[in-house]
Amino acid sequence: MTESDTAFVRFSEVQKSYDGETLVVKNLNLDISRGEFVTMLGPSGSGKTTCLMMLAGFETATHGEIYLDGQGINKVAPHRRNIGMVFQNYALFPHMTVSENLAFPLEVRKQPKNEIRERVDRALDMVRLGGFGNRRPAQLSGGQQQRVALARALVFEPKLVLLDEPLGALDKNLREEMQYELKSIHDSLGLTMVFVTHDQQEALTMSDRIAVFDDGVIQQIDSPSTLYEEPRNAFVAYFIGENNRFVGTIKELSDNECSVEVDGGYIIKAKPVNVGNVGDKTTLSLRPERVSINPEAGSMPNMLDAKVLQLIYLGDHIRTRVAVGQNEDFVVKIPNSQEHSQLSKGQTVKVGWSSDDCRALDA
Amino acid sequence: MNVSLKQSALALAAVAAIGIGSISVANAEETLVVVSWGGAYTDSQQKAYHEPYMAMHPDVKIVNDDSSAEAVAKLRAMSESGNVSWALVDAVASDAIRLCDEGLIEEIDFDKVLAPAPDGTPASQDFGNLIVSPCFIPQIVYSTTFGYRTDLVKEPPTTIADVFDLEKIPGKRSLEKRPIGNLEWALIADGVDPEKVYDVLDTEEGVDRAFAKLDTIKDQVVWWEAGAQTPQLLADGEVVMGSTYNGRLFSVIEEEKQPVAMMWDWQVFDLDGWVVPVGGPNHDLVMDYLKFATDTQRLADQAKFISYGPARKSSAPLVGKHASLGIEMGPHMPTAPENAKHTLLFNYEWWADRRDDLTERFNAWLAQ
Amino acid sequence: MTTEAATQQVMTTADGTPLKVSLAKAQRRLKIRALLLVAPLLLFILITFFVPVFDMLFRSVENQIVPEVLENTAPLLLKWDDRDGELPPEEVFAAAKEDFVKGAKAKTILRVGSRMNYEQSGFSSLFRKTARRAKNFESPYKEAFIKADRKWGDLDTWRILKRESGAFTISYYLAAMDLSYGPSGDITMKPKGEAIYLTLFWRTLKLSFLITILCLALAYPISYLMSTLPLKTSNLLMILVLLPFWTSLLVRTTAWIALLQQEGVINDLLVYFGLITDDNRLAMIHNATGTVVAMTHILLPFMVLPLFSVMKTIPPTYMRAAKNLGATPTVAFIRVYFPNTVSGIGAGGILVFIISIGYYITPALVGGVDGTLISNFIAYHMSTSLNWGLAAALGVLLLGIVLVLYYFYDKIVGVDNMKFG
Ligand SMILES: Nc1ncnc2c1ncn2[C@@H]1O[C@H](COP(=O)(O)OP(=O)(O)O)[C@@H](O)[C@H]1O
Ligand SMILES: [Mg+2]
Repeated sequence: MTESDTAFVRFSEVQKSYDGETLVVKNLNLDISRGEFVTMLGPSGSGKTTCLMMLAGFETATHGEIYLDGQGINKVAPHRRNIGMVFQNYALFPHMTVSENLAFPLEVRKQPKNEIRERVDRALDMVRLGGFGNRRPAQLSGGQQQRVALARALVFEPKLVLLDEPLGALDKNLREEMQYELKSIHDSLGLTMVFVTHDQQEALTMSDRIAVFDDGVIQQIDSPSTLYEEPRNAFVAYFIGENNRFVGTIKELSDNECSVEVDGGYIIKAKPVNVGNVGDKTTLSLRPERVSINPEAGSMPNMLDAKVLQLIYLGDHIRTRVAVGQNEDFVVKIPNSQEHSQLSKGQTVKVGWSSDDCRALDA
Repeated sequence: MNVSLKQSALALAAVAAIGIGSISVANAEETLVVVSWGGAYTDSQQKAYHEPYMAMHPDVKIVNDDSSAEAVAKLRAMSESGNVSWALVDAVASDAIRLCDEGLIEEIDFDKVLAPAPDGTPASQDFGNLIVSPCFIPQIVYSTTFGYRTDLVKEPPTTIADVFDLEKIPGKRSLEKRPIGNLEWALIADGVDPEKVYDVLDTEEGVDRAFAKLDTIKDQVVWWEAGAQTPQLLADGEVVMGSTYNGRLFSVIEEEKQPVAMMWDWQVFDLDGWVVPVGGPNHDLVMDYLKFATDTQRLADQAKFISYGPARKSSAPLVGKHASLGIEMGPHMPTAPENAKHTLLFNYEWWADRRDDLTERFNAWLAQ
Repeated sequence: MTTEAATQQVMTTADGTPLKVSLAKAQRRLKIRALLLVAPLLLFILITFFVPVFDMLFRSVENQIVPEVLENTAPLLLKWDDRDGELPPEEVFAAAKEDFVKGAKAKTILRVGSRMNYEQSGFSSLFRKTARRAKNFESPYKEAFIKADRKWGDLDTWRILKRESGAFTISYYLAAMDLSYGPSGDITMKPKGEAIYLTLFWRTLKLSFLITILCLALAYPISYLMSTLPLKTSNLLMILVLLPFWTSLLVRTTAWIALLQQEGVINDLLVYFGLITDDNRLAMIHNATGTVVAMTHILLPFMVLPLFSVMKTIPPTYMRAAKNLGATPTVAFIRVYFPNTVSGIGAGGILVFIISIGYYITPALVGGVDGTLISNFIAYHMSTSLNWGLAAALGVLLLGIVLVLYYFYDKIVGVDNMKFG
């Protein structure tokens, strides 16, 4: 119980099955502190919405307990949980005006009339929709609807707000603008937010911590930078950011370095992060921006020949695809600086990287 | 929503078809469409009249149309549209009188059109007082009378007064949902001289008296509108006795062997017969057919298939056994002496006057 | 410079025709196309709906037969002043003799008798009797008429004839509203024992309303269930709902009778479980209960279909959102789910109500005495009593009631809010 005092939201050994045959959520343990912005990130079908629904009370956990502010809430009805939620398609009530939508949670809480009006106006101003109160949801654009949904989830001042892919239906510019707004609202109100998305860019820019879901299991939960820099397994490395992969067998293993033989007979030196013993399979992960082109001989423990296959000019950097041994999808990001602008297709170069940047993960 | 749209489209189409459908009848002299009541009644006509006639005239084909129930309204509609497609219609006497009043059916010269009796008596005398309208050739005498469940009454009803006696015969009874017949019965049961029933009914007090008598059993009455209802109600034990056409009761008793018996006291006679629409097709063929189908032997033959009395006096002695049951039909005729001790024949003229206002009053009384 | 000035005055298309003209031309073509597309339906509705409705309106006031057949008598009667309590003058009787002789020959005079019999019983036989003898009438005709039938000496006979001598009449409407002419020609309520149609109109509205409410009460949960089930299961349920459509009227009626009659299945069960005693079996058929049960059964699909199609479009997240915002399930239903189904309720309700107002076959079969509706009487006057004028007047009144109700419905709920599917 002492632990749950520090955690505002706590999933404890939660399991969920819809059909009694497969587990959609497998033994989930997750603590979220007060005021945190936590993102659940994962491919479609990985169980993110299910977790959110269990937290909101629309699905019951098959096993385990969920705590909110230290209290087990498995048996608390959804309308008593006092959790704000923004649904994937907003779920604005079409027969009510924007103001009526916002007033709804306050009315069912029996707030006095004038206070309702005040708070609705304030919430509308907060999402910059003052003056839109008399419109129906159908008369608003997607972005405006999204902001109404957000305002409605916030207007009754819940301590916890859940957002299920709230920006999924918006175009790119609007989405980035909303990300920024959401984040600033979170910071100014000091709310706890649980945000679900399958967009890693969105997760990285907004979150205090990201829980990466796959197949009903949290693969890793960490701050964005840790997640990016130090993925704990091959799935996370693959799912977050761009990533060069080699599959191979461990030949030598010490505390902070290992040698891995990859297809084609090359030996690559890497940092053992999540490996078994010598002879086991492993996946090597290497970020494209950590690869140097034509480094000085001997300056890097890993130095391989590569043939340039494709060059894509992206302004600040040049995305270069090269063939390293049998790996034809090896990507290098070359900063757009004087010395490297001379590369051309078909050219043979050397690529090199330090063993610390190359993480040996699970197979 | 599709379904209901389709339904209403169908309904509309049906409405249109009723209007148009009547065009497509009978082309040449071979086909004669006879409009009648359908069911057992048309069957009896088929066997007694149509089949022998077609055997004699191989070039004629008689087709049955079971529309008699709507005959009056349809004939008027046809006449309004100026397109009469029916050649020969079977109708009850009261409808025939009304159609005749409206000039929708032809007057018949009985002695010229119809065959005399075998002994040479002219048709008009053979039919006698059953000729209630110049446009109507009587075919059968049927009666509306009572049947009762032998196993559900302690004591069998014997007089019409018993129908109105809830103490002697407790339980529900079924009566036809119309004033005709019921008012007469009510007065007779109340002690009015049967000869004077219509005189009494002619006065306001007389009508009040009839309704007052009906009031005494009102909450024990199931009102029927189709002839098949009383037999069904009797069979289900929903009523202990009820009025209906005697032919229906005959099938309940003799064919279905239900525990039901007849109570003939003050049975009400009514007539059913042929009418010829003005301006209908196949006129000569119709007249030839009528001469054959209403002769003494044919009317007697029909009684073999259904227990209704032939309208000609000369047919009575010729009535034989039921064609399939082999029962002697004589005793089952409403006209048989032991059944016909007390009978009432409608006063058609009187009812032609009073039918509308008394029906209205009857319905108002029902609704109270 | 000049061209610019010109375009500022009148906008033109590339070939120089003014823009407005060219737009109008393009739109005219569209309009003609639209007209051609609806033309078959328009024609169909015109023939099968508007023509009969106008015919009905006309028939409810039409009285042509009287002035047509009594062509000599009618104009004289209209001029005759009946207030002095005297029989009409001899010239009227002479004209009547002529009309009777001609009408008897043309077989039209008895139609007038039937027509006048609606006004007062006895005219039918009066005309029949008189028509038989009229050709032998000798002057003075007044005496000849009165000798043929005493009623011709009755002032009321002539007053009624005078009243109905015009080409149009309101007497069908009076009858349809339980009104009648008093002895001095004033309009009065019919006495209680003879008034019937107002009771029937009221009963029809009451039962139709009850049927609509019952349909709604039964259809709402079923439709809700179907809207949440996967398509395969909901289709199966839909078939069950539509089943009454696919069974013949006779089978359905027999089934209802078997179920509902006093010796029927439901009563047997109730007696078996001791809920009622054997001699207190419930009367559930051949009365208003029978009509309500049977019509609810038949009309249920008309309620289920619009409700289902509306509910199908309501995402389940609405209810979740409402609960999440703090509403109890009941409040969430009342304030969020229900308002979103109002359009379906409106459409279904109007369908069921209007259909049940006009239904007559089922009430005739299972309605007994207090379960028959106004349409049964319209049908009766159409096919049995042949009083088509009264049938038309009743029909027009019914149509009027529906229109008035529809008007209020539009005021309160709004017709635009209906969704039929
Ligand atoms: N109501 C439900 N009934 C049955 N299976 C469900 C239901 N909701 C979700 N699932 C299944 O559970 C898994 C996880 O779904 P979900 O939590 O929606 O994933 P995500 O939100 O990460 O895309 C999926 O395989 C999905 O098919
Ligand atoms: Mg999801």
